Amino acid sequence: MRSIRKPSVIPGFGLSLGFAAFYASLIVFIPLAALFAKSFTLTWDEFWKTVLHPQAIASYKLSLGASFIGACINLVFGFIVAWVLVRYQFFGKKVVDALVDLPFALPTAVAGIALTTLYAPQGWIGQFLSPLGIKVAYAPLGVVVALTFIGLPFVVRTVQPVLEELEKEIEEAAASLGAGRWATFRRILFPALLPALLTGFALAFARAVGEYGSVVFISGNMPYKTEITPLLIVTKLEQYNYAGAAALAVVLLTFSFVLLLLINILQHWSSKRAGG
Amino acid sequence: MAGAVSNLGRRSANITDAVSEPFLVRWGLIAVALIFLALFLVIPLIAVFKEAFSKGVEVYFASIREPDAWAAVKLTLLAAAIAVPLNVIFGISAAWAITKFRFRGKQVLITLIDLPFAVSPVVAGLIYVLLFGTKGWLGPWLGEHDIKIIFAVPGIVLATIFVTFPFVARELIPLMEEQGTSYEEAALTLGASGWQTFWKVTLPSIKWGLLYGIILCNARAMGEFGAVSVVSGHIRGQTNTLPLHIEILYNEYQFAAAFAAASLLAGLALVTLAVKSFLEWQHVRDREKAARAAAQQE
Repeated sequence: MRSIRKPSVIPGFGLSLGFAAFYASLIVFIPLAALFAKSFTLTWDEFWKTVLHPQAIASYKLSLGASFIGACINLVFGFIVAWVLVRYQFFGKKVVDALVDLPFALPTAVAGIALTTLYAPQGWIGQFLSPLGIKVAYAPLGVVVALTFIGLPFVVRTVQPVLEELEKEIEEAAASLGAGRWATFRRILFPALLPALLTGFALAFARAVGEYGSVVFISGNMPYKTEITPLLIVTKLEQYNYAGAAALAVVLLTFSFVLLLLINILQHWSSKRAGG
Repeated sequence: MAGAVSNLGRRSANITDAVSEPFLVRWGLIAVALIFLALFLVIPLIAVFKEAFSKGVEVYFASIREPDAWAAVKLTLLAAAIAVPLNVIFGISAAWAITKFRFRGKQVLITLIDLPFAVSPVVAGLIYVLLFGTKGWLGPWLGEHDIKIIFAVPGIVLATIFVTFPFVARELIPLMEEQGTSYEEAALTLGASGWQTFWKVTLPSIKWGLLYGIILCNARAMGEFGAVSVVSGHIRGQTNTLPLHIEILYNEYQFAAAFAAASLLAGLALVTLAVKSFLEWQHVRDREKAARAAAQQE
């Protein structure tokens, strides 16, 4: 053990690292490696035929497109929510603050059936939208609604602490030098908040791409139209097409890993910016 | 005296004006934020309880007391009772190794801890099917020995462990990083054993963060749908967790019963949020107390 670590008086290195590494390999590493191994049981041609099948392409477009729109909605409104929670005082603020995390705490199946009931043509919200010709439940728009719900806390929770740490003095200096409120926002606040905003956006996006529970209820699950990629994986699995499911999962995972890498770079940038 | 106070008051009011927004903008933004949250969070939450009681209180309690619903509740509790403690032990070990020592491969372990957050729940279920399913890598061997993991309780527990894997570790690592090792080193120098140091020095200082991780881990464990759905096989009364039970009822158009079961999980979510806010408040209070004590010593 000595060779791989710097000496320290604190005990328990072997035990803690040993258990952590063993458990992490057993639960995460080996099963994920098995997934990649399974997708390699397909020939190169079969693999590409599976992942580039028109039905798969349609599902990528819906998953990525709806996740992107949902993350954009959260970027704008999440920023406003974070701003209001940090900067203004109003009645019930603490409750509102706690409620922001509801999508983390509420099981996705519960969110799914609740949103479907609300946005169905006879639902509380749907009844006002259907006369206007807007179909939400059982349509791509429903997928956007579910994915917006799922990603709601991310932008708020990444921007909030950065906004709290920002020193008022800088804004005061800008104001005393004659900058208007909008100019101060655009040239001082916004650049300082940008890394946090982008991190929140990427986290919401990443979460939405893999989401399953809330979407299956509201989307209607029509192939080529409202079928997300995770659902297509489940469909392949139910047909006992393990290799096909694994191939699609590899595509989804590769995409998530790239996003994870991007998020790490953003957070690194963000913490460097905060430190300097 | 009074003049000085009011002058001071006026000056700070002027500065506040210069670094805040006009009244209308301020209330406009508050209104936009509240309407957005009402539309996406409050109304769906109200809908769950309203639909649950739509056929009356009797139907509500009948659908909760129904044997399949009970079996689902029990399985959900069982899965969480296994997954949460295991992930707590893992979270503490991983955080101890990562924050108290410097070693090669640390970054690999940290990345591995984050991974389950990046994996779609469906893929989380799929990896265990590929490993333990009848056509999976270990399937034939398991079949020979009559061990059933997929479409049985062990698979559900495994999938739950996977999706809740990072919660405790992610909460503890930054907290223990910030606290450093000086208190533990002092205790050890004074003759405390390793375990004594852990129980009496480390654990009390991380307790709020640990509880915070546990409560989030538990909420996810009891509410997980996608991963569990893939490995469960949906056998009523046997391999249905509460979220899966909701799905079955909903697809059978038993809406009141589905929402009655959903209201239990929505209640759990609200309790989770309340406890979480309480823990955050405790954490801030402890930190302020420590800061005051440090200031007094100087």
